[in-house]
Amino acid sequence: MTEQNSIARFINIGERTNVTGSARFKKLIMADDYATAVEVARQQVENGAQVIDVNMDEGLLDAEKAMTTFLKLIAAEPDIARVPVMIDSSKWSVIEAGLKCVSGKPIVNSISMKEGEEPFLVHARKCMAYGAAVVVMAFDEVGQADTKERKIEICKRAYDLLVAEGFPPEDIIFDPNIFAVATGIEEHDRYGLDFIEAVQEIKAQCPHAKTSGGLSNLSFSFRGNETVRRAMHSVFLYHAIPAGLDMAIVNAGQLDVYDTIDPVLRDACEDVILMRKEGATEALIDLAESYKGKSVADVKAAEEWRGWEVKRRLEHALVKGIDAHVVADTEEARSAIAEAGGRPIEVIEGPLMDGMNVVGDLFGSGKMFLPQVVKSARVMKKAVAHLIPYIEAEKEEGAKAKGTIIMATVKGDVHDIGKNIVGVVLQCNGYEVVDMGVMVPWQDILKSAQDNDADMIGLSGLITPSLDEMVTVAEEMQRAEMTMPLLIGGATTSKVHTALKIDPNYEGPVIHVLDASRAVGVASKLLSDTQRDPYVVEVADEYEHVRDARAGKAEKQLLSLEDARANFYDAYLSDKPAPPAKPGVHVFDDWDLAELREYIDWTPFFRAWELHGNYPAILEDDVVGESARSLKADADAMLDKIVGEKWLTARGVCGFWPCARDGDDITIHDAEGETHTVLPMLRQQIKKSRDRANMCLADFVDPDGDWIGGFAVGIHRIEPHSARFQADKDDYSDILLKALADRFAEAFAERLHQHVRQDLWGYAPGEQLTNKALIKEEYRGIRPAPGYPACPDHSLKPLLFDLLDAESNVGLSLTESFAMWPTAAVSGFYFGHPESQYFGVAKIGRDQLEDYANRRGVDLATAERWLRPNL
Amino acid sequence: MNARERLIEAAASRVLISDGAFGTQIQERKLTEEDYAGDLGLKADQKGNNDILALTRPDVIADITRAYLDAGSDVVSTNTFSANRISQADYAAEDKVAAINIASGRIARELCDEYEAKDGRPRFIAGAIGPTNKTLSLSPDVEDPGFREIDFDELTAVYKEQAAALIEGGCDFILIETVFDTLNAKAGVMAVKQLEAELGREVPVMISMTLTDLSGRNLSGHTVEAFWYAVRHAKPVTIGLNCSFGADQLRPHVKVLSSLADTLIMAYPNAGLPNELGEYDEMPDTTASLVRQWAEGGQVNILGGCCGSSPAHIKAIAEAVKDLEPRKIPSPETAMRLSGLEAFVVAA
Repeated sequence: MTEQNSIARFINIGERTNVTGSARFKKLIMADDYATAVEVARQQVENGAQVIDVNMDEGLLDAEKAMTTFLKLIAAEPDIARVPVMIDSSKWSVIEAGLKCVSGKPIVNSISMKEGEEPFLVHARKCMAYGAAVVVMAFDEVGQADTKERKIEICKRAYDLLVAEGFPPEDIIFDPNIFAVATGIEEHDRYGLDFIEAVQEIKAQCPHAKTSGGLSNLSFSFRGNETVRRAMHSVFLYHAIPAGLDMAIVNAGQLDVYDTIDPVLRDACEDVILMRKEGATEALIDLAESYKGKSVADVKAAEEWRGWEVKRRLEHALVKGIDAHVVADTEEARSAIAEAGGRPIEVIEGPLMDGMNVVGDLFGSGKMFLPQVVKSARVMKKAVAHLIPYIEAEKEEGAKAKGTIIMATVKGDVHDIGKNIVGVVLQCNGYEVVDMGVMVPWQDILKSAQDNDADMIGLSGLITPSLDEMVTVAEEMQRAEMTMPLLIGGATTSKVHTALKIDPNYEGPVIHVLDASRAVGVASKLLSDTQRDPYVVEVADEYEHVRDARAGKAEKQLLSLEDARANFYDAYLSDKPAPPAKPGVHVFDDWDLAELREYIDWTPFFRAWELHGNYPAILEDDVVGESARSLKADADAMLDKIVGEKWLTARGVCGFWPCARDGDDITIHDAEGETHTVLPMLRQQIKKSRDRANMCLADFVDPDGDWIGGFAVGIHRIEPHSARFQADKDDYSDILLKALADRFAEAFAERLHQHVRQDLWGYAPGEQLTNKALIKEEYRGIRPAPGYPACPDHSLKPLLFDLLDAESNVGLSLTESFAMWPTAAVSGFYFGHPESQYFGVAKIGRDQLEDYANRRGVDLATAERWLRPNL
Repeated sequence: MNARERLIEAAASRVLISDGAFGTQIQERKLTEEDYAGDLGLKADQKGNNDILALTRPDVIADITRAYLDAGSDVVSTNTFSANRISQADYAAEDKVAAINIASGRIARELCDEYEAKDGRPRFIAGAIGPTNKTLSLSPDVEDPGFREIDFDELTAVYKEQAAALIEGGCDFILIETVFDTLNAKAGVMAVKQLEAELGREVPVMISMTLTDLSGRNLSGHTVEAFWYAVRHAKPVTIGLNCSFGADQLRPHVKVLSSLADTLIMAYPNAGLPNELGEYDEMPDTTASLVRQWAEGGQVNILGGCCGSSPAHIKAIAEAVKDLEPRKIPSPETAMRLSGLEAFVVAA
């Protein structure tokens, strides 16, 4: 069953969204400030209310309208709407209006026999038809039940009537009325005890029914004395719950733990509620004087941890990722250990590792998320940096690492965010990580593994050619007769690719690591004496199985290239856009970062941190919402600096050229019509059902003459800031900066494309789209990038870069695997035809491969290497 | 025995089979505007109004239903997903709502009676009620989250008109299907309760939720468990899941529902996930082998198909599960089971 479900023993029903119980809420509703009123509900749920009571019974309000308005608003808030609602009104019309707005199964509060049995049953039947549980007040034609006997008698009578009507007994909740005690009137003294005893009896006589009560009445005579009221409520519940009370309407944020109440006050409350002593009321009234006006929030809980002993402070700082005091605390721990004759290394082996183990456990069990772990690592690194001079002065070895791992982004690839995250997570867990950086050739990786006597190698890569490079590393490890495990990770890697292409080339263990959270588990198993062999066998079997499954799988039916071409996408070419308003190449040396910031698509940013969900909903997510909010706040703070202090420079270039479709090629004619650039495109070959076309990007271009565009944008000058963070042992900020640079590059591509549509090409001058609409690609035209599904050959990038003269115009270069440098960069082609669309080329046949090699002017082996993911 | 009891009896001995999609079957017949419009003289174009074919090309609807019965369906649904006043307004055909539903019910009734007479195996008709394109829980305007396009009473009246006509046409059950908004389903339940009061007899309902994300929530945000508690008061003869994604992705959610619901489970997934062109290309044997796993796990009582499924899929499913034991209905312990978007169970 799902984890979110709570199976509750005692239920707190939030009372703050009740105009009769909360003056503040009443004021907000009267002032029509529903936005703030919704926040009150949110706080209630955050404070632990498992059901929220909504009551709009106020003479000056249109209660039906207020009830439905509020219920509809909270329905739009997933972190409020996740809990059931209690629709609370003394007017049936208000309750029924509420029932028509609530989508789950709510509780109706309340119905009673006040007007006799027939109206009571009419309301009960309606509750059944709407699907609601119901609170039944102990109220009959005579009046409200005050004594224990009357409470029991009325509830039993109501129960029998309801059950005879077919009402599910488990959906009945009795409220036998909590009245004020310690009022000075003698008849009131028994009210608390009567309630508790009645609850016990009602539960016995009415199987499956529940009991509830409104707690605030109890302490009515101590209005204004919060301390005493809270104590009374806690004491009352302490005794009523064991008697069978299932739920109560309470302010969930204001209940004290019974054991923490001042014992003098607690005894006085108990004397009153349980009628233990003569004169109990007077005693409590006297005592109450001394608590008057004291705010319970006097204790500043936030700074409380600073008073703890140093070991606990270090653990707290690590778990919470607070680096403000860590150097001082580390020093305090070190000097204490030194005085006791210990060694500085013991600070690491003791309190610091203990703290990191707590972090590791929380992360492993899904209670902490990646951004917090990276923050914890920052605290750890600062503490260790403080200790290193002392440790070196002693000339002793550093803490014995659990194992040494070589990590590298392979040759030809420059992406390192994922690799850095994995590195940090492993370091936090006591592994020594030798990070070789990006674009590392296999020779260096193997040498470093041998020099460092490493326990395993981890390879990372983001672009598809890196997959081939990883195969090469595996082959070379085999040739060198190595045996250490090889871990594979990164965005384009997969279990299937690892099993099919890498694993068969290396006899040692090859393991695909899906994400950072799995890295520690994998590393610890591989280094364990007992778990290693079974784990290695298990993974090898799994990959064998993947290969078998693959071998047995019937190939998707491919058309011949000729047939695929015959089924081309027949665009209505008369709709092609007019020639660009401003043809030629346009260079932008420094696009305004403040403007680009507004174009950021945040969803991929969170994904980079392994927080999955769509922005902005992710900020309110039950599980990762808190993490996401905190990460977003840090990102915003850094963005303020990046923009305000001009840390980065956004440089971009775009251009438009006359062209024509020539078969599956797009031939670009330069201004003089003398030289030509041929852009060969790939066509889908998988057999389509019904009348779907086998698409190729060339299909969107007119053979009789058309226009195509191209662009390349990059974010420069990140290095000094990155170096500064690294020097400061601040991986968190470093990764954050790189992730933001990536977002800027994407935002720049988005903004430039818009500028192209509205102005430079100018085929959509009046386009008005929000950032959300831009992210959803609701505009006309596309900008496919080489290396992505519609245009999978990365090797078209050099052609594009030449057309744009990208290197000299905006300082963008390419590695031998066609990765762009600087890393935060985007490039692609512009197609303006209104029917142009994204698609995936997917599998192609040998015939197209040969044809493509020919068109591209390369030998078959080269084409095969470039297009391997599509073969 | 009434229809509810007969269905429960039939489901006790084997896994029953419902039908597959109408939409794709109709599309394949490449009907013209004339086919759709007939001589009804409606003001708007009717092409695409699949439901109106019950009046203008009843032979097409009968053909498809017959194909499903031949494929092995025990339960067939009416082609009335959009035969409600809200959806028909798009075709200016609001006045035809009652006629479409009555005619659709009769087409199915006639065929089911014919097949039942032939082989003695009971057949059942589920009068299908779609969700409409309006939602009671969500605002279409992001700037105004409290706004609603329709209210509970209006939607209840729309559903009631349709349900009454379906029953008049001879349907055994009202199938409230593809529930993306739980409150819409509750309005559907209310409509049937009002109809029952008018007819003076039980009108059993079937309810089927559709999920919009892989974590297992519908559009209004309810988990499968929360949804079940929100509609359990309808005492549905079946509860289940349809549409959403393919059987592979639906698997964990069917399992959850199966463990909770003290009534029959009916599941009819899409034929896989649509490919990048929006087409369903999962082969009948693939779908059948996936849903067979549910039957093997004792998790379903009635199986069928939704978008993209064809008589060939239904035949393959019927073949795949014919020797398997049906799910046993569990009896969960008595407890107060409430829900917001998530379930909340109060322990006994």
